[in-house]
Amino acid sequence: MLHSRPFATVAHRALSSSRAVRRYASAAPTAAFAGQKGSNGKYTVTLIPGDGIGPEISESVKTIYDAAKVPIQWEEVSVTPILKGGKTVIPDLAIQSVRKNTVALKGPLATPIGKGHVSLNLTLRRTFNLFANVRPCVSIKGHKTPYDDVNTVLIRENTEGEYSGIEHEVVDGVVQSIKLITWDASERVARYAFHYAQASGRNRVTAVHKANIMKMSDGMFLSACREVAKEFPDITYDEDLLDRVCLQITQNPKPFGDRVMVMPNLYGDILSDMCAGLIGGLGLTPSGNIGKDASIFEAVHGSAPDIAGKGLANPTALLLSSLMMLRHMNLNEHADKIEKATLTTIAEGKATTGDLGGKASTQEYTAAIVGRL
Amino acid sequence: MSFNTAKRSVVSQIYARSRYPSLRAASTLSAGFPKVAERLPTKYGGVYTVTLIPGDGIGQEITESVKEIFESVNAPIEWEQYDVSGMSSSGEALFKQAMESLKRNKVGLKGILFTPISKSGHISWNVAMRQQLDIYASVVLCKSLPGVPTRHSDVDFALIRENTEGEYSGLEHQSYPGVVESLKVSTRAKAERISRFAFDFALRNNRKKVTCVHKANIMKLGDGLFLNTFRRVAEEYRSSGIEFNDMIVDNTSMQLVAKPTQFDVMVMPNLYGAIVSNIGAALVGGPGVVPGCNVGRDYALFEPGCRHVAKDIMGQDRANPAAMILSATMMLRHLGLDHIANNIASATFQVLNAGRVRTADMGGSSTTHEFTAAVIKNLE
Repeated sequence: MLHSRPFATVAHRALSSSRAVRRYASAAPTAAFAGQKGSNGKYTVTLIPGDGIGPEISESVKTIYDAAKVPIQWEEVSVTPILKGGKTVIPDLAIQSVRKNTVALKGPLATPIGKGHVSLNLTLRRTFNLFANVRPCVSIKGHKTPYDDVNTVLIRENTEGEYSGIEHEVVDGVVQSIKLITWDASERVARYAFHYAQASGRNRVTAVHKANIMKMSDGMFLSACREVAKEFPDITYDEDLLDRVCLQITQNPKPFGDRVMVMPNLYGDILSDMCAGLIGGLGLTPSGNIGKDASIFEAVHGSAPDIAGKGLANPTALLLSSLMMLRHMNLNEHADKIEKATLTTIAEGKATTGDLGGKASTQEYTAAIVGRL
Repeated sequence: MSFNTAKRSVVSQIYARSRYPSLRAASTLSAGFPKVAERLPTKYGGVYTVTLIPGDGIGQEITESVKEIFESVNAPIEWEQYDVSGMSSSGEALFKQAMESLKRNKVGLKGILFTPISKSGHISWNVAMRQQLDIYASVVLCKSLPGVPTRHSDVDFALIRENTEGEYSGLEHQSYPGVVESLKVSTRAKAERISRFAFDFALRNNRKKVTCVHKANIMKLGDGLFLNTFRRVAEEYRSSGIEFNDMIVDNTSMQLVAKPTQFDVMVMPNLYGAIVSNIGAALVGGPGVVPGCNVGRDYALFEPGCRHVAKDIMGQDRANPAAMILSATMMLRHLGLDHIANNIASATFQVLNAGRVRTADMGGSSTTHEFTAAVIKNLE
């Protein structure tokens, strides 16, 4: 799964890190978008509407994109698992579509309950080598929380760490869970973080770690970040302990507005949801999974089966995720236009959905955004 | 004025300032944890000997404050002080002496020792102490103080953290260049005793609900063991009427910053405790006002609940000693010296809530010394 490197290269690194650095500089474009427009002048993007409220909020995004004349045509696929050779797998059609288009937008998926079932998200992550999870959180005007000055960007290593899935019971009642940290994966996510910092005009990267306790594993994550930092002299690099970051963001998130945070899997999982909590929950936070073979942008909230089909769902998270996708595809103008229309609609508060304290239906909210384009 | 009426009047003052009088008053009284020690702490002639390790960063300043206050109430405590420093590995001999002292005395008060990040540096002595003394339960109290301005109000929860295993096992190896494995060890025995501790704590302190924080959806075996053990223990407390539930750690963090009042007692493995205690501290005013302790069967070690060295403000007389003072009052209660503990805790809360003497972390400009003096002035 992880692209493996000959032993000699790693051993060599200690001797001449500059050489290794030059070689890996070429690794960067693998995460960048390289899609081509079709004959109709549009990019094709895979759309996975998902379960529950997924179809409704996907419809809303499609309506807004049509109105904004975004040069995208959707290829809708289902990832509902099918039984194949005794195993539940994602249909080949979906996989082929994402692989071909290299970009996908995904709604929430219901987590099927059952033993031994690998989650669909994990399967997608593995299939497409989605190594970095990008989670920006910005305070949304018009939705009041105790924090109105949040503007964080967090990049989480997405393939290993505490989520390696390697666990065993040594004797009855004693379990070992293995946190796996590799140089390759650490370097890859660090590099993406620096690229993201460069592209987004945030000139500082902070690595979040617990290397005072986990000296080897988190220590190697830090070494990889430091190594990559040398290639980006314009970007300030620093490190901070997980404890201090949790404390400081919760006390005052404002100083984190100037940087990109990068960290191993579990810390990223916890901190990204914490930041989402600061601005009002997962209904307002976008997420992007950047991979070597494809990138998938998604709403990270649940599928809310209780309100599915009632026209009450808030499509904001999926819409904001799609804007990350547009920026990933260098369609910045369209992204800016839709973002402005969305944020002013929320700030005005006349046509917001129930979860934001309004009374509007999904359709009314969508129409209000379209009206502002 | 007899002591009891004095205490009541202080408590009622605090109630009066609170907008929600039905809530618990701010007091480390709620720190009464189940006493499990088999042997009594070292005591001669009515005086207890307590090991004191000020620690790095602001440690010297805030323990100085505790010593002054103890002196002025004439607390029957004799300190055995060890100025261990984790800034370099050369302090190891002194660290060992301090450990021996702790083993003799059974009770200690400590600041936080610095731990180097580099691989060549020594391991965390803070963790080593907890593991060697098997002080398995870390108790951290997060409670909004009416006089401390924060973004949230009415926060009141206790965090019980497993202190001796999990991600802090210290077992790591490089199985191949560029591939490191770090072992998280989870055992049923330790999950059981920490769960029990949490329920006993809830019972004693009249708390209503215990929440188990975990990541069993991903770490199905490790955290699964913790969660299942918690649920089994919870069944044994069913008749006591204490509610219990569980929550995934990422959701917990989100809920904490959005709706912190839903939590009462929380119990969790080691690493999540580090995260939650810091979020919790931030909700109620920072590490300067959050007391804590570590307890096991034989030993009890009291230290600020939010474990920061605070090198940045070290030696500037700016640190807030409240967390350390309140941790010391928890220690007094542990030794059965409740009246002295009440006296000091009340005085400290009075100073915090009056808001006239504030250290930098609370938006004021008072020094550590001025804060200490204010507490002493408010003593009975």
